[in-house]
Amino acid sequence: MPKCKYDWPEAGDRKLIGQRISRVDGPAKSSGKAKYTYDVNLPGMLYAKILGSPYAHCKITALDTSAAESMPGVKAVRKIQDVGKEIQWVGDEIVAVAAESEDIARDALDKIKIEFEQLPFLVNEQDLSKAGDHAKAAGSEKSGDPDKAFSDPDVVISEGYYGIQTITHCCLETHGSVAEWTSPDTLKTYFSTQNVSGIPGEVGEALRQGGIDIKNNNIETICQYIGGGFGSKFGADRWGIENARLAKMANKPVKLLLERDTDLEVAGARPSSYAKIKVAANKDGSIVAWQSDSWGTGGPAGTTMPPIPYVFTDIPNKVTRHVSVGTNTGPARAWRAPNHPQAAVLTMGALEDLAAKLNMDPLEFFSKNAGLAGERAEVYRQELRKAAELIEWEKNWHPRGHQTPSSLKRGLGISLHTWGGRGHNSNCNVNIHPDGSVEVSLGSQDLGTGTRTVITIVAAETLGLPLEAIKLNIGDSKYPVDGASGGSTTVGGVSASTRRGCIDALDQLFAAVAPSLGVPADQLIAADGKIQAKDDSSKSLTWKQACAKLGVKTIQVTGKNPGPCSLGSSGVGGVEMADVTVDIETGIVKINKMVCAQDCGLVIDMKTAESQCYGAMIMGISYALFEQKIMDNITGRMLNPNMEFYKLAGIGDIGELVVHLMTGPGYDERGTIGLGEPPVISPGAAISNAVANALGVRVPTLPITPEKVLAALEKGGIA
Amino acid sequence: MKRKRQKTKGVAAERENLSRRDFLKGASVAVSSGLLITEAQAASSPSGPEAVAGPGPVAITLKINGKPHKLNLEPRVTLLDALRDYLDLTGAKKVCDRGVCGACTVILDGKPAYACNLLAVQAEGHEIVTIEGLSHDGQLHPVMTAFVDHDAQQCGFCTPGFVVACKAFLDKHPNPTLDEVEEGLGGNLCRCGTYAGVRQAVLEAAKTMKGGKANA
Repeated sequence: MPKCKYDWPEAGDRKLIGQRISRVDGPAKSSGKAKYTYDVNLPGMLYAKILGSPYAHCKITALDTSAAESMPGVKAVRKIQDVGKEIQWVGDEIVAVAAESEDIARDALDKIKIEFEQLPFLVNEQDLSKAGDHAKAAGSEKSGDPDKAFSDPDVVISEGYYGIQTITHCCLETHGSVAEWTSPDTLKTYFSTQNVSGIPGEVGEALRQGGIDIKNNNIETICQYIGGGFGSKFGADRWGIENARLAKMANKPVKLLLERDTDLEVAGARPSSYAKIKVAANKDGSIVAWQSDSWGTGGPAGTTMPPIPYVFTDIPNKVTRHVSVGTNTGPARAWRAPNHPQAAVLTMGALEDLAAKLNMDPLEFFSKNAGLAGERAEVYRQELRKAAELIEWEKNWHPRGHQTPSSLKRGLGISLHTWGGRGHNSNCNVNIHPDGSVEVSLGSQDLGTGTRTVITIVAAETLGLPLEAIKLNIGDSKYPVDGASGGSTTVGGVSASTRRGCIDALDQLFAAVAPSLGVPADQLIAADGKIQAKDDSSKSLTWKQACAKLGVKTIQVTGKNPGPCSLGSSGVGGVEMADVTVDIETGIVKINKMVCAQDCGLVIDMKTAESQCYGAMIMGISYALFEQKIMDNITGRMLNPNMEFYKLAGIGDIGELVVHLMTGPGYDERGTIGLGEPPVISPGAAISNAVANALGVRVPTLPITPEKVLAALEKGGIA
Repeated sequence: MKRKRQKTKGVAAERENLSRRDFLKGASVAVSSGLLITEAQAASSPSGPEAVAGPGPVAITLKINGKPHKLNLEPRVTLLDALRDYLDLTGAKKVCDRGVCGACTVILDGKPAYACNLLAVQAEGHEIVTIEGLSHDGQLHPVMTAFVDHDAQQCGFCTPGFVVACKAFLDKHPNPTLDEVEEGLGGNLCRCGTYAGVRQAVLEAAKTMKGGKANA
């Protein structure tokens, strides 16, 4: 018996929660019927294109759009930035053009006459000595007495250089929107966004500031399907606002989705992070001291220090110093687990090198030091054991350098990670109609994480109905306000508001049917498509019969999060291990196998939860081995703003993947916790450690390209 | 990456042969005797295969999912833009727009092709099948069912291209090994990381489709 009214059902009572259920919008997606923002075609719709800056740092000295404006087929031209404006990165928007076809819009951009004064710029930060006044001290922390700890003659010290590159989000659907003024003061927008409920307010405010009188209640934002976000699609963005203005000027609907090159240049970057790190441990392997000097860039605004030392936060003696480098590159955006993959690469690399110096098995080393991870220490120990079992650590691990004579060198690596993931604020309308139909509505969105599926499962489980009985409405700002989908907050938010809404709606239904069943309302339950007496199943009505007792009146209640009874919590741990083979003749790293042991509280849908972990490992393999935003010191441009040279992992690059979600007693009772971020944190570090184990030498920075492997081998290693 | 895709076997390679070389030819806007231009089309073209089309709109008919569609398009319009912007067939997605990612995959005369790398005028006279042509009356194609069952999709933006590529792949390789799947589907990219599900889905679909091309 649940202790609190809204509590999740006990394990034995769950019909749907925790099962392996296929995502409810799977058929729409796999059949090509799902309509994304990019797919919205409206009658008379125009296509917009943007002229961006060709220079990393410049001032506009002349701008003439008249030739573009007079072109046949061009319907609106907007100067976004005019003469005198200083521009800080390549691709920053200057002019937007709306025309009858994509090709005409592109032609019109060619007709724009524009001149610039070029200014000095910095686009690469890895060599801090060249950053000049772009580099600024950005924080320092100290605890314990690190100087004394490092000078203790009995400690073993390891020093190294570690780094993780800037990558882009590379959402397959680029950023953008379709805007339609359905009346002079009413705007309908379709946005590729992670924040359906938040867009109208942002658009309204920006339009009013730009002199267009519109009320927020006359703005609607729709996003039924989104082709990837990963943290880069929270805002309306300048192009989203400008698109609404173009539509107003042209008095026609306009579609503006960024071109692939622009998207990679301006619409998403994960900040880099580099560090010189010194760590010390007693001879028994217990870590005693940490010192780091880190730097990185996230574009013009620089970076903040990643949370280092990561996971092992209770190292007794620590000093960290960070330098933020502002560069003339597209601004950073949140990328799945902001600053955590960076922290993992820096920390786990330094610690694994220390373990090697101690001649300790890293599994033993990390397990021994799990106590430094605070309250989740025991979870990490369990996950280390599970992951080790799945990757057969005992059998497959060897100390660095102990290798076969073949040119193929195998290695194993470990990384640990953590994340919060508490549910965000959420409102869920539950309607139970007299004909028995059920509608659940939230202004949320499904990024592909399975949000639709999770909400449907919770509603069906709570109401005792099959999944098909629930009509779910999301992806539209006309539904109750919900949080943005970021930081792994969605599942906790929507599952809790849905649960509370459905239970409150059931209360009303129970009250309506209690007299005819002759059973007090508080003695009724909803199960198996029936409303029945808790202790006497002979006293029951089918769902439809019960709803008919409502007469003509629909039940509508709003469930909220936060709210009564604890349905979720925050804070997870996770362990990933990688098994790689490195060819020391070619430098190519091949993933043999990766395993992920992850907790996330109560799992609502095992199938889509596992998919989050599989996907995260694959994204991780991609940034560990292939991806990099390569900036050119001479032109200030990104050299690979396309998908043949901005390389994503392919289906043949991923090896065998194993996911184990920690569930059952000790985990389930924590309620729901988000899962989107955590499993993407560790792959880079785990793979880097596996490569170091294979080669006997650290490849200091990601991505671990063949060139870097060969360079590392030349410096020293087993070759 | 790339390692698999660089090999010259498999569907991905066939697709490259079809599209990339032809794109270079097509890009000159001359409807010349490229690999794609069949005798049937040459015969149907009143001014002969060497005629230069454009730059203004030209009348063409595209046979898509068994039905003819009359269009008036500039020769520079890609098959992908024709499908999406002019026919509202939006299952094929524009992602890389240069023949790398496979999100726009369609089937042209039985072979997978990148629709972003073909001009619409080049596709005239050919049988074009899009994702919309693979399901009928709400009945999912076995490849689609396998994608749903094995959760071979997250955001779903790459999924239609993957499904079409898988269908074409399985037509040629009804009993694929895992290695063949990884090689044959190497021309399609996913960002969410659904490859683990895709591998299973393709092998599963191969089983359910065995002995006949259900819904093909």
